[in-house]
Amino acid sequence: MKITKTRLLALAAATAWMAIGHAAVADELSIMASGGAWQDAQRKAWFEPFSKETGTKIVEQEYLGDLGKVKAMVDTGNVPIDLVTVETATVLQGCDAGILERLDYSKIAPREKFIAGSALDCGVGLDAYGDILAYDPTVLKEAPTSVLDLFDTKKFPGKRAMRKFPAQNLEWALMADGVAPADVYKVLGTPEGVDRAFKKLDTIKKDIVWWDAGAQPAQLLASQEVVMTTAWNGRIQNAIDTDKKPFKIVWNNQILEYDMIAIPKGAKSPDLAYKYLAYISQPENNAKLASYITYGPVRTDAASFVAADALPKLPNAPDHLAGAYLVADTEFWGDYGEDLVKRFNAWLAQ
Amino acid sequence: MMSALQPSELDRPPLARSRSAADADFKSVSAVLRRADFGDRLRSLALAAPLLVLLALSFGIPIVLLLSRAVYDPTIANALPQTAQALSGWNGQGLPDDATFVALAADLRSSQAKGTAYELAKSLNARLPGARSQVLKTVRQLEGAGDKPPLEVMKSVPFWSQPGTWPSIANGTHSITSFYLMSALDLRWNNDGGIERVPPEQAIFLQVFMRTFFVAAAVTLATLILGFPLAYLIASVPKGLAAILIVAVLLPFWTSILVRTAAWTVLLQKFGLVNDLLLWLGVAEVRLDLMYSRIGLIIAMTHIQLPFTLLPIYSIMRTIQPSQMKAAYSLGAKPFTAFRRVYLPQVFPGVMAGCLLTFILCLGYYITPALIGGASDQLISNFIANYVNVELNWEMAAALSFILLVFTLALFGIFARILGLDRLKLV
Repeated sequence: MKITKTRLLALAAATAWMAIGHAAVADELSIMASGGAWQDAQRKAWFEPFSKETGTKIVEQEYLGDLGKVKAMVDTGNVPIDLVTVETATVLQGCDAGILERLDYSKIAPREKFIAGSALDCGVGLDAYGDILAYDPTVLKEAPTSVLDLFDTKKFPGKRAMRKFPAQNLEWALMADGVAPADVYKVLGTPEGVDRAFKKLDTIKKDIVWWDAGAQPAQLLASQEVVMTTAWNGRIQNAIDTDKKPFKIVWNNQILEYDMIAIPKGAKSPDLAYKYLAYISQPENNAKLASYITYGPVRTDAASFVAADALPKLPNAPDHLAGAYLVADTEFWGDYGEDLVKRFNAWLAQ
Repeated sequence: MMSALQPSELDRPPLARSRSAADADFKSVSAVLRRADFGDRLRSLALAAPLLVLLALSFGIPIVLLLSRAVYDPTIANALPQTAQALSGWNGQGLPDDATFVALAADLRSSQAKGTAYELAKSLNARLPGARSQVLKTVRQLEGAGDKPPLEVMKSVPFWSQPGTWPSIANGTHSITSFYLMSALDLRWNNDGGIERVPPEQAIFLQVFMRTFFVAAAVTLATLILGFPLAYLIASVPKGLAAILIVAVLLPFWTSILVRTAAWTVLLQKFGLVNDLLLWLGVAEVRLDLMYSRIGLIIAMTHIQLPFTLLPIYSIMRTIQPSQMKAAYSLGAKPFTAFRRVYLPQVFPGVMAGCLLTFILCLGYYITPALIGGASDQLISNFIANYVNVELNWEMAAALSFILLVFTLALFGIFARILGLDRLKLV
């Protein structure tokens, strides 16, 4: 009799424990981001304050930005994440493939308050980053003045590193060939335009070292394998601030892109996910990330909230938009990305 | 299973029986043997059944399902049923009739209502670059058309009247498709229904397949050249020393492949150890570009694959008695003749097993080419990964995987035919 009572008690305790467990699950938000310094910055700027303010526990996961993983989750109906950070082009792919939720902006923030192109159907912008040119002034005596100096091998001889990807490189090639920034995507949408861009890249092909991972450009500069490199501005700034490298950034003719966050189809706590999206999309919160990594806010009204010492390093700081710049066209890359990647790879192998 | 035979039947003196009776006996004996053999096989099969079921469920079925995507893609057929109907009477020349345009407009509208318009746009875009935004634009215009007749809307978007558009749609409306397999071989259907090569600036995969097989062959050869003498050394030194050498071979084997690859990037880079050493020795006069090059890739892959080639060779060498070689010498064979006629034939199955193992593993290399190989050293796995992870075009990934599998099996078949599969001995 006694044993039975003990057992009953244990059972009751177990049930209660499970009930508590379930309650806890309801207030848990699982976010998958691409790790590194960028995720650290998000933790300080958003995860921790949001957690404190709402009592939500944030479970962090990391991945390499490969949407195939999310597709596998959605296809098998087992989606253990509520939010996932993605690149702009990937948002489009995920949206078309039906693995990302179409967002209801009435639950986030007015769509028109975002910089053009940073509020998409399936993804909302987190920050703006710049594809820029970086160099080491102790190696390169004459300072480049534009990203397009990549194509000037007479004035700047030596190897230059570029991302092993057609996006940005084709745009820069056309601009270096005299196409105005406003016409770049119109020209690139025609077969002749694509030929023209590849022909321009041909002129420097033998001088190019290709990089894949975001950390490589700073390493290539530091090891002096190249005299200049294209890069994401935050990585170079990190090398300057943390590793005390003497690198310099050229902003003229930079290409602006956005990091995005999305809700995968079948997420367990979509309401909580929306709550988080609304939180980080408030202008004062959106501006906070810039204090931890040099990526700028995507809300048009957030600039005044950015910490004063962070502002001059952002890609969309007024000074850096004073010269020529281009905003990456997501729709264009959604249309021609796959085809151009294939053509780019064929060109590389020639 | 000899117990199934009756000893008395066999013991009977043969002379006492007629010829036909002996024949009948022989037949019944072999039948009994066969039956016993069959029972034996059945029993061992039953023992292996759990493993076979597990393999079929967790390995066979998923692979077949994934590979079937290479030929089965119903997205467009499901989204455009009316268009498919209307197109069945089209001769493939010029533009289809207006009724087809109207059918497409109706299909686009209903796919928008069902939420499949984006999927359709993506699928069509894979066949017809640029189609994605045109489909979505047309869907939006149809929605906002009001009283405007659908035909007028369709005709107002120039994309639908371009020459290449309709053949692609017509091809897409078949659920069973050869499009992806053909693309994986750099082929396509032309507008007359014949097969042609894709233009050279789009042709990539055959080249990558050749490259993959070349790198795999080069690495296999390099591991054999390095591994054979080393295996011979390990097999011929005293036990204690052999154990130390084996551990030295296996130590890197127990390290993650990613770590080993990363270590090679440190060694091979321009201002890395290998270049320092070569300069110091005076072998090279300028720093060599070992990173992001074919040669660097082959060096790193050779290091990673060495144990796979070496171990099967070593395990066979260990079984060969040194006295055999001595016997050959004593019978007058010169060292090379003894090696060629006595030693080599015996270790040959091990050499083949090691080489085959390395060759097939090399065909699937992904991380090492990605990190150490240059832009023109990417192997087929890198392209498959790109289609799986980045483009989300799993049909194309399945097609490339399928072609790789076919090439590999064909090579394996040729190999087995020439050498005899039964001679292969793995560890």
